[in-house]
Amino acid sequence: MSSSKVKRKLSGRKKSAKKYPLKVEKIGKKFGGISAVNNVSFSVEKGSITGLIGPNGAGKSTTFDLITGVTSSDTGVVKFNGEDITRKRPYQIANIGLVRTFQITRELKEMTVMENVMLAPKNQMGEQLSNVLLSKGRKRVESQEEEMLEKAWETLDIFHLDKLANEYAGNLSGGQRKLLEMARVMMMDPSMILLDEPMAGVNPTLKNQIITLIKKLSKKGYTFLLVEHDMDVVMNHCNPIIVMHNGGVILEGTPSEISTNERVIDAYLGGSE
Amino acid sequence: MCAYSIGMIRYYNILREKVQKDRGTAIVFLSIVILLLDLVFRLIIGKNESQVVATYLWDGLVVGLAIGLAGVGLSLTYSILKFANFAHGDMITAGGFSGWVAVFAVAGVGKFDMKNLLLVGAGKPINVTELGISVSTTPVIILFGLVAAIVGTILLTLFIDRFVFRPMRHHNDGITLLIASIGIALALRYGLAFVFKTQNRGLTAASLTASYSVPVGTGSVQIDLGEITLVLVAIALMVSVHVFLQYSTLGKAMRAMADNRDLALITGIPTEKVVRATWIIGGALTGAAGFLITLERGTISFQFGWILLLFIFAAVIIGGIGSVYGAIAGGLVIGLTSTISLIWIPADLANVAVFSVMILVLLYKPEGLFKGVTTA
Amino acid sequence: MKFDIEMLLKNDVRIVVSTFVGISFLFIIVAMILGLDFNGTVNTIQRIMFLSAVYAMVVLALNLQWGYAGIFNIGVAGFMLSGVYTMAIITGDPNGLIPGLGLPLPIGIVGGVLVSGLLGLLISIPTLKLKADYLAIVTIGFAEIIRYTANALTFKTFSIAGVEMGTGAGRGIHLPMNPIRGLYYIDPSNMGLGKTIVGEYIFGFFEIVQVQSSVVVSWTYAIVLIFIVGLFYVVTYRIGNSPFGRVLKAIREDELVANALGKNTDIYKMKVFAIGCGLMGLAGILWQGSYGYTNPTTFQPILTFYIFIALIIGGSGSNTGSVIGGVVFASLLFEGPNFVRRVIMHVFKFDKAPNSIIEAMIPISSLDFEPFISYSLANISSLRVVFLGLVLVYIIQNRPDGLLGDRKELAASIDISRRPVTETREGKEA
Repeated sequence: MSSSKVKRKLSGRKKSAKKYPLKVEKIGKKFGGISAVNNVSFSVEKGSITGLIGPNGAGKSTTFDLITGVTSSDTGVVKFNGEDITRKRPYQIANIGLVRTFQITRELKEMTVMENVMLAPKNQMGEQLSNVLLSKGRKRVESQEEEMLEKAWETLDIFHLDKLANEYAGNLSGGQRKLLEMARVMMMDPSMILLDEPMAGVNPTLKNQIITLIKKLSKKGYTFLLVEHDMDVVMNHCNPIIVMHNGGVILEGTPSEISTNERVIDAYLGGSE
Repeated sequence: MCAYSIGMIRYYNILREKVQKDRGTAIVFLSIVILLLDLVFRLIIGKNESQVVATYLWDGLVVGLAIGLAGVGLSLTYSILKFANFAHGDMITAGGFSGWVAVFAVAGVGKFDMKNLLLVGAGKPINVTELGISVSTTPVIILFGLVAAIVGTILLTLFIDRFVFRPMRHHNDGITLLIASIGIALALRYGLAFVFKTQNRGLTAASLTASYSVPVGTGSVQIDLGEITLVLVAIALMVSVHVFLQYSTLGKAMRAMADNRDLALITGIPTEKVVRATWIIGGALTGAAGFLITLERGTISFQFGWILLLFIFAAVIIGGIGSVYGAIAGGLVIGLTSTISLIWIPADLANVAVFSVMILVLLYKPEGLFKGVTTA
Repeated sequence: MKFDIEMLLKNDVRIVVSTFVGISFLFIIVAMILGLDFNGTVNTIQRIMFLSAVYAMVVLALNLQWGYAGIFNIGVAGFMLSGVYTMAIITGDPNGLIPGLGLPLPIGIVGGVLVSGLLGLLISIPTLKLKADYLAIVTIGFAEIIRYTANALTFKTFSIAGVEMGTGAGRGIHLPMNPIRGLYYIDPSNMGLGKTIVGEYIFGFFEIVQVQSSVVVSWTYAIVLIFIVGLFYVVTYRIGNSPFGRVLKAIREDELVANALGKNTDIYKMKVFAIGCGLMGLAGILWQGSYGYTNPTTFQPILTFYIFIALIIGGSGSNTGSVIGGVVFASLLFEGPNFVRRVIMHVFKFDKAPNSIIEAMIPISSLDFEPFISYSLANISSLRVVFLGLVLVYIIQNRPDGLLGDRKELAASIDISRRPVTETREGKEA
């Protein structure tokens, strides 16, 4: 994508839902009178790896929560593929293809890695009680599960978790948990993925593998929005980058624009804790 | 005139906003207003109504303060140790028994078989009139019993904490501790039954207890010294707990831990010491409650605390967990609901009314009715 | 893959059967020590089997809620009561002392299950967002409301739309005749009218080995219950070992994650509340139904705690563990102490127990333990609950997974632990 595109003022021109699947318009949230996110607007281009950065407390994770319906926003609108998802519940948003991971990994501890991964696919017939209880439906459930299982093994291969398939998720290392969360998300066939600090606690080798993977997927048309503190990763692989500070967006631009901007430097150096 | 009406409109708008925001409270508020109006109406047209209502009020006050006092201990452990202690009711029973063992042993020495006195008449029923205990005639022995109940319960709670809860301190979820407390509740209750047997028995000589008749309207309300003792001691204990929590260093540390345990740990509050203090204060109030409730009733049985437990939970929840005044206020709500409700519903449904109020509060105002009014 | 599931099932059936057989064997020995005749022995085993089956059923239902979905419902006793009472009211004689609707038993049973399930659904909706400890208090409060209502004189008899019915209040309520008797007697309510052909033959056969006809009838009912435990197991196994069960487990572990992965968690919780409570109602009906009479005192909160202890012993989260927990609790922990008392009394022939614990303990100073032992035995019903409470504390501290809880029971309809052989593709992507 060319830098001229991202330079345009966000509120200015109309952006088609096809090219920009996620649109955040003036969302805001207050917690007990203190504003955590204030009048935030941005769009994410299809197939991009958009970075969302900012010092601690800038409101990045809250923005994620507002987009994915974990927290309901006080003001503003979130649109995904042209559909207003502002008041939708997390499961509804996930089911239309916008999924997320969490900053602090939330693996399902007393379920095996395979159970974690098999949980994710959408529209499982075996989630209907009638199919589960009656022998006739159960046959169909079993054959669908066999298909999913095949895909699950392939996904675990990709994330190098195949050897750990029968391990309880609670026994994994921090980096492996990050991978498991991404594997789980991939099983949902999403069109856009929000990653909350995917590199935290991951060793350098694994980090490179995750980056390669994300780039490969983005070429295939998956859209990524990621919150990340590892500036190496952000500056080298994300474009555009959105910078948040004190609950608002202060700048959006290419890595080179971001790295030379004084407001960004101010935000990081003199930034509030 | 114009300013007046603008003021009215503004007031109306604020009210409307509040009602829209918090419909549950509005409905509760409205129902209470309707019931009160009905009560006033009944008082105007009824003949004996004023006496009946006054009796209900006094009984509700006594029951409410008893439950409130019993609730302060539960509220403290709930907010600081972060679990619902289902053994609290049986700790109350244990407190009651430890007080009465002391009272019987002192009052009956020489007159009765000591072995039987130490078991509060478990071996052979003891004639309470012959034993002659009452607040009016033997206040010193009663005071001694109160102290014994407090000391006994403190020792018991420290023992239980040492062997059951302390090894489980690393558990972060309240449910594991809650389940353990159910185990303690069963063991404690039936342990008491094993020692003191299961029959309900008398404690004080009703004929010796001074009773006063307070005229109300055309009739009068009977108030006895046992009830007065309960009310006065309960208020005194609760005020001292409040002062302790508000002004002492240890009390402040306890409140800090109730607020934010992790923060308290970081700032160097000695958590084990605070936990012990919580059990000591909670245990003292629990023991006192057990003794005062049985003193007022004049009888004791091995399950009385357990039967009270759900009412105590109700009080603590209604008042807001962790708040001393909340527990008292909640206790009064429970006590008065259980008596005043009798004006409208049959006596055998009073408990249903109380538990329904508790469930409604939990569902629609889980932070308690008096949150924001109280600080400690 | 199917083969593995069958292996597992066979393995589990073996565990359950050997537990049953082992415990029966134990009680046969006990009966021999007590010098019971064949009839007495057979009757003892029947009582143990009956109670074990009842506990296994309720524990399976609770496991669905707590073991799988992590829903801490401690109002079990209330949902059992609502099932039994609904059944009683539906089937009661319209002209009886406590009038009922006079409808046939199957309608009563279905009605009981539905009412319990609906009550579960009713309480689930407002409590979906509640913290676990608050849910505990709401459910136990709700169960107590149900019990106090059944106990209230106000509803001893009442009428809805002119139809008279009632709960019988504290005195309790009559339950219909156990239909098993119809297998043996021409008129189940009047033995005098003679036996059916089946009755003639089977009673005749058992008379040879001197087993009374009443014992035969109870045994038949116990066998029916064991069969129904099998049905409960199939239902809970199918629910648990499926994508549905997987979502339940995910709700237990982290509800927000399950939601973020596209699962409408509220609906799952409501379903599990309804099904679990319906099954509790059914278990209550099958349990009390054999006594011909029930009252509110039977359904005190302690009953719920017993069921929890049984589930925790067996291993919360495991269906097989639930059955084992139910059997072990009912036979060894609940009925066991009574038999211990009987055996010791029989073997040692103690004098009359002292009537207070101090009198029982004084002789210990001269190393005479007999009075204390005999006092303990005389008060074994209290001591038993003390023991149960301590067992609960011990397990929760030292073995929170229970007997079978540390096994991996994967929630899927197929074996997802092994890779299908034909699908091996190594190192596809870097």
